[in-house]
Amino acid sequence: MVDQQERVAADPAYRVFVSYIDKSRQFYSAQGYERPYSWARNDEAPFTPLRKPIAESRLGLVTTALNLDLPNDTDAETLPIASTYAAPIDPPPARLFTQNRSWDKEATHTDDLDSFFPVHRLQELVEDGRLGSLSPRFYGIPTEYSQRRTNEVDAPRLLELMREDGVDVAMLVAL
Amino acid sequence: MSLAARHLEENGIPTVVCGSARDIVEQVAAPRFLFTDFPLGNPTGKPYDAEMQRAITSMGLDLLETARFPRTTVQTPFSWGDDAWRAGYMRVDDSNREVLRRAGEIRRRQQARRKTEGRVRPE
Repeated sequence: MVDQQERVAADPAYRVFVSYIDKSRQFYSAQGYERPYSWARNDEAPFTPLRKPIAESRLGLVTTALNLDLPNDTDAETLPIASTYAAPIDPPPARLFTQNRSWDKEATHTDDLDSFFPVHRLQELVEDGRLGSLSPRFYGIPTEYSQRRTNEVDAPRLLELMREDGVDVAMLVAL
Repeated sequence: MSLAARHLEENGIPTVVCGSARDIVEQVAAPRFLFTDFPLGNPTGKPYDAEMQRAITSMGLDLLETARFPRTTVQTPFSWGDDAWRAGYMRVDDSNREVLRRAGEIRRRQQARRKTEGRVRPE
């Protein structure tokens, strides 16, 4: 099975990039979940052209990580109930909590903030004049099983927070 | 994340999603997507590789500026090195089938307990 999976990864008859839709369906089926998760599917996407150059724009950075400075082995059962949030970006958080999110904990780690929340890299790009400014706050949204809740609660709340801060453009980094 | 990007974009804020789960982001149809073909967890560059992180972050800004139509994907030029993670992540085989089945049971019990104790988001 392992050999077969490794062969598939190298075989040009299969797509090169990993299908997480396929993987998660098989994984949760093996955990005994009968109905596979139905990811949203859209044929079209909205589009807003830039109104001004990036060098004059204020950028809002968005993460799915939690703004909590907790050890990696914190019991997920003790975490607060998820919600959309905004928190000051200067000084940047020392760390964000990611252990309750789905990412490849065998292949890598998230101990370096900028590998998934490039706040220092963005600050450097502001200093260099490539980016106008960073919004005074960064933003967090929960990864929701319920698409309705994302569309009707979290995304509108995120928009509201960004409008309060005069955000021109958004960078959303998915773990 | 892509659903949130779509909502912002519908309401006048240009967005770029940086990520590594290409099939999901493209199926949900994010307006602009910067794809890095890495294991999930480091979509803006390898840990402690500031140069790579800066290149990826900068490409995200470029994409905001250069995309002319929705569903534009740009792939960054970096590779992880070895490919073992592709088969390893969420692996299901005979060696772990029983472990996964038990983990699922525990997870469902926790979910049920959270619900009865009201430790879930209100509807």
